[in-house]
Amino acid sequence: MTTVSWSGEPGTSRGPGPFLSVRDLSVEFSTEDGVVHAVDGLSFDLEKGTTLGIVGESGSGKSVTNLAILGLHDPAHTQIGGEIWLEDRELITADRATMEKLRGDRVAMIFQDPLTALSPFHTIGRQIGEVYRKHRGASKKEARDRAVEMLRRVGIPQPEVRVDHYPHEFSGGMRQRAMIAMALVCDPDLLIADEPTTALDVTVQAQILDLLKDLQQQFGTSIILITHDLGVVANTADDVLVMYAGRAAERGTVREVLREPRHPYTWGLLSSMPRLNSSVDVPLKPVRGTPPSLLNPPSGCPFHPRCDYPRLAGPELCFGQRPDVSPETGHGDACYLTLEQKRELRTTQASDQTEAQIDARTEDGA
Amino acid sequence: MTSFLVRRILGALMILLIISAVTFYLFYAVPRDPARAFCGKICPPETLQLVRHNLGMDEPLFVQYWHWLVGIFAGRELVQFGDCPAPCLGYSFATQEPVFGAIVDRFPVTLSLTFGASIVILAFGIITGMIAAWKVGQPLDKIASASSVIGASLQIYFVGPLLAFYLVDTMQLIPRPSYVPVTEDPVGWFTHLLLPWVVLSIIFTANYTRMTRSQMVEQLAEDYVRTARAKGMSNRAVFFRFAWRGAMIPIVTIFGVDLATLLGGAIITEQTFTLHGIGELAVRAVQNNDLPMLLGVTIVGAAMIVILNIVVDVLYAFIDPRVRLT
Ligand SMILES: Nc1ncnc2c1ncn2[C@@H]1O[C@H](COP(=O)(O)OP(=O)(O)OP(=O)(O)O)[C@@H](O)[C@H]1O
Ligand SMILES: [Mg+2]
Repeated sequence: MTTVSWSGEPGTSRGPGPFLSVRDLSVEFSTEDGVVHAVDGLSFDLEKGTTLGIVGESGSGKSVTNLAILGLHDPAHTQIGGEIWLEDRELITADRATMEKLRGDRVAMIFQDPLTALSPFHTIGRQIGEVYRKHRGASKKEARDRAVEMLRRVGIPQPEVRVDHYPHEFSGGMRQRAMIAMALVCDPDLLIADEPTTALDVTVQAQILDLLKDLQQQFGTSIILITHDLGVVANTADDVLVMYAGRAAERGTVREVLREPRHPYTWGLLSSMPRLNSSVDVPLKPVRGTPPSLLNPPSGCPFHPRCDYPRLAGPELCFGQRPDVSPETGHGDACYLTLEQKRELRTTQASDQTEAQIDARTEDGA
Repeated sequence: MTSFLVRRILGALMILLIISAVTFYLFYAVPRDPARAFCGKICPPETLQLVRHNLGMDEPLFVQYWHWLVGIFAGRELVQFGDCPAPCLGYSFATQEPVFGAIVDRFPVTLSLTFGASIVILAFGIITGMIAAWKVGQPLDKIASASSVIGASLQIYFVGPLLAFYLVDTMQLIPRPSYVPVTEDPVGWFTHLLLPWVVLSIIFTANYTRMTRSQMVEQLAEDYVRTARAKGMSNRAVFFRFAWRGAMIPIVTIFGVDLATLLGGAIITEQTFTLHGIGELAVRAVQNNDLPMLLGVTIVGAAMIVILNIVVDVLYAFIDPRVRLT
């Protein structure tokens, strides 16, 4: 294996293997009620300069996974297992100083809720500037100039004025941009964006996604984009990871997963998404039931209580044994149905949908 | 800021007005006659009447109150005692001395006591609370938490003499508490008040340790602290640059509330160490039915608390930029 200085310029030669590689990650929280298995046996890869979209219901472990990459879980209440490789460095076992150097510099995160994620006690300029000071040893003046430049880059009007404002003086969309400016201030190699656009209106949302794309083109940044919105994934991601109950349900390229979804949970996700291009309103069909308890995950396949096909796939397998994602590379999913069965089910489902469309049409006519 | 101060000062004056009126009224609601006490053991009705007149007590209550109020701003002429220049709080029934002068004489004692104790409480409480939060769950945290429980259950009049006995009499580490004017001898002022400060602050400090600890622990779990960590900030930076600001907000609020209690504690402390402060005046005034003195002490005490509360509010706006002083 070619060892490369880890702090090397982005875009220079790398060792073999992906840029980021998560292997068999597990995150468990000890709580008063017991141990919460928030992430269990999760593996995925991210190549340099590409975008991975992570989708899944609320509580499926998306944020927990990414906080683990940054090492931000409270070690007193959290057990973390598995491996996280960033180029040639393992992050779970890395010491504190290493992680502190990494965070904000090579790996940055945009948090879900920009109101609570920004300090109410410091100006936006200071919060952006201090990252630059910490990692680049910049002076106060340089840091401030950089903050102004970053605010301009994320499209905040009058950045020279805004730089001295406090978060509560910003609108929600501006806070989100400021948050992004803060994450980008050191041109990170890996950017984790946890639902960066959920709180924003559609126009701003598009602008921000464009911003991330530009950044990626300019600096070769790798991006993990967590979202509920499959439309966003379709537009911006290269690969997709569908998470269910802290595990991978399906993974593959955007094309593979959205065009030929294999896991029944992915089917559910897709059919619960309104389609802009469908000529009539297809009734939305959300996944029935509720997400499982992570204190007491179901035996076998965690999706079986909500799945329509355990009988088809073999109940003793679905109820008794946990499925792994297979095949190990490329488009894979964690389900016991055979590829033929899946294909067949998809076709009937599609015809169901056509029927629904016809129903909808006749209802319209009546 | 200016409009804030103007509004707050007007509000403070209203409060002081109400407090003085209520004290005035309550004093008369008590069925004891200060004129009779003034007049002496054998007191014929004519003399009593004269004394009442001389004290201005034969007029309707609200007229008396009005005279008292005017006296503060314009001074007044008292039949019994003669001229009383502004600010006039009248003359003590018991000692015949001007109330304002008596309070001014003793004010530095109580102020020194309260001020010094506040410093000890805040400094000590916040530092130990910070240490406990820094070492959460570790022995140091447990020691700090346990000692704060013990501290909170102690009483001034119990700890005071006990410590005085050991530190002053037995070990002779510090001088017997008394008041040395700070302008004459700052070191003497400090050493002579050290014990009263410590004793007065013990019961409060514990509370501030506990609060600081829990507030810090709470702040450290906040999202913005996690963001700071995600930016690569060290534990120390997270602790001292981010979390403490959030933690101080409720502490400052509680301190504003505690000031009144602290003043009460100062009175007990004065009694414990026979310091000649406002507390002593207050206790004597109650014992002697000394209305002018009682009113004067009440008003000065209340004014002190009200002013300090304005200071606290300004401080609050300094800590939290979201707070606007309007
Ligand atoms: N510190 C913690 N202690 C205990 N349980 C936790 C903790 N953090 C997260 N969890 C649990 O872990 C599970 C996964 O949470 P996570 O925040 O990763 O969900 P998510 O997929 O990001 O959801 P959302 O889309 O709503 O953001 C949830 O059930 C949550 O309750
Ligand atoms: Mg989340």
